Amino acid sequence: MNPDTDVRGYVSPIEVRRAHLGDAILAEWTKMRSVRSTMWTLGALVVVVLGVGTVIPWAVRTDAPGPQGDPPLAYGFFGVLLGTVCVITLGALSFSSEFGTGLIRTTLTACPSRARVLAAKTAVYFCLVFALTLVLTVIAGIFEVVIINSPNPGPTVWAPATVGVSVYMALLGVLSLAVGAMVRHAAGAVTAMLGIVLLPLVVAMFLPRPLSGVRSVLLNYSIPSQLVSFYGAFGGFANGSQPSGWVSLWILLGVVALAMAGAYVALDRRDV
Amino acid sequence: MIEVEGLTKRYGRKLAVDHLSFQVRPGVVTGFLGPNGAGKSTTMRMMLDLDNPTSGSVRINGQGYHDLPDPLKHIGALLEAKAMHGGRTAYNNLLCLAQSNRIPRRRVDEVLDMVGLTAVAKKKSKGFSLGMGQRLGIASALLGNPEILMFDEPVNGLDPEGIHWIRNLMKALAAEGRTIFVSSHLMSEMALTADHLIVIGQGRLLANTSMADFIHQNSRSYARLRSPQPEQLRDVLRDAGYAVTEAGGGALEIDGAETERLGELAAEHRIVLHELSAQRASLEEAFMQMTAESVEYHAHTGGEEPGGQLPPGGGWGPEQAPQQAQQPAWGQGWNQGGRDGRRDKEI
Repeated sequence: MNPDTDVRGYVSPIEVRRAHLGDAILAEWTKMRSVRSTMWTLGALVVVVLGVGTVIPWAVRTDAPGPQGDPPLAYGFFGVLLGTVCVITLGALSFSSEFGTGLIRTTLTACPSRARVLAAKTAVYFCLVFALTLVLTVIAGIFEVVIINSPNPGPTVWAPATVGVSVYMALLGVLSLAVGAMVRHAAGAVTAMLGIVLLPLVVAMFLPRPLSGVRSVLLNYSIPSQLVSFYGAFGGFANGSQPSGWVSLWILLGVVALAMAGAYVALDRRDV
Repeated sequence: MIEVEGLTKRYGRKLAVDHLSFQVRPGVVTGFLGPNGAGKSTTMRMMLDLDNPTSGSVRINGQGYHDLPDPLKHIGALLEAKAMHGGRTAYNNLLCLAQSNRIPRRRVDEVLDMVGLTAVAKKKSKGFSLGMGQRLGIASALLGNPEILMFDEPVNGLDPEGIHWIRNLMKALAAEGRTIFVSSHLMSEMALTADHLIVIGQGRLLANTSMADFIHQNSRSYARLRSPQPEQLRDVLRDAGYAVTEAGGGALEIDGAETERLGELAAEHRIVLHELSAQRASLEEAFMQMTAESVEYHAHTGGEEPGGQLPPGGGWGPEQAPQQAQQPAWGQGWNQGGRDGRRDKEI
């Protein structure tokens, strides 16, 4: 023990500039862009939304030429519904892959504020999914209008089918991110999210007649039904009685807020 | 400077860490020693605010870990070699850490150069060998050029060259006035690197002493005798006032006796000696005796008692240790003691 050494024996030459949320967001963006799974899942999202958004209107047009009852943008729904799988998977991996590899310990050692880590991951993933889905739904929408050769629907149709759907997808991604933080296991988180998305619809299909009240609630509020509600003219799965698009957003926002609170408590209380 | 006070961690009914209090001071390498499952990693995780202590507190330079605005500039930690995302390149693994703490980008290149990974900076870390992974972990610990460094079992799985490198690195970092806290379950490793020693067993503090004192207090010296006339020899020694203990194989042991006097005594009584040697118990043995009651996972092989006799040459005497840095039988004595822990990762 050297008696000359004072308590702060070594002073780091790196200048100390207080780190804040922006730095955490930058770090999470680096993480997001530097793994291959991001490219694969988001690549799949591009293929599905653009591919299905092109193929279905094209098939419909050749089968039955002439003016259609449905507005052309509604055909984009199928691609977006498939695309939710990509968004859910990547979102669930965001935390669960860190727990799986042990990287979470490094992350939290570098940034002990659980709230900041959660906020940074959420911000990065929300923006990424929103921007990408917006671009994709606009492009797919233009394809659909051109292929069907229908008159351009007004902004009241375009807005929910592009902006609305993109916000909904981004929220769904953030929800699976929060589920990943709570479940901590990649396969478990993805499975849980697929259950949340698909199970109500599947259960509703097999419910016996006396439970028709439950059945209609499940049909109305299942995630695919809410997603379809952004394409106004579609009948949907529940004879059009499901909430309209913007109400769906508020419902999901509430669910996401609850899941975020749960994720924060899980990160804060549980040992890593 | 790390201050640990009354740190306790309870998992259900099991007390993993039991009211630990100690200080880790700057300028020296402090070894944190204990058998597998003693609670070393749990303690280190609580020091980094990863696990919540049941009670007690940890202060890093007087602050709680949670209150450090950019922790990497104060404390760097190597917890496990592969606490990285394997799909990311070495450079990107470090870059995202640097960004989260506002550490300039050029520092990533610097630490990669420091640990000798510049050539593989753009390679994915999942292809790295254990040694390279360990170096990458050390690079991340050094990223913020912190004044406190914590290494959890840094030499695990490394080749002699890597062990040598880490050992010298830790000494150099301590010489710069930094606080170095390094855990190990190998006494022999600690004897070579640490200046100060904190020993725990089953979560309790067993020793908190300087390395020199530990060696002084725990290196028992004794004489060993073998004779074809053991009964006669024993009687003669007893009559001369020595406390004789029977060792295996017909050998007798006498604590703290000089061999010269024993040889003369045997000659006086015309007793034939086949062996007369001065022995020193190794530090490994001293450590095993100290922790004998607190070893959690006994392997019952060979019927050896805890803290029992090591095979000759298996343990390391303190006097020979510093010269034998490159001995290939790394930690061999530990395993041959038949008490190797059964679990790879302690809790």
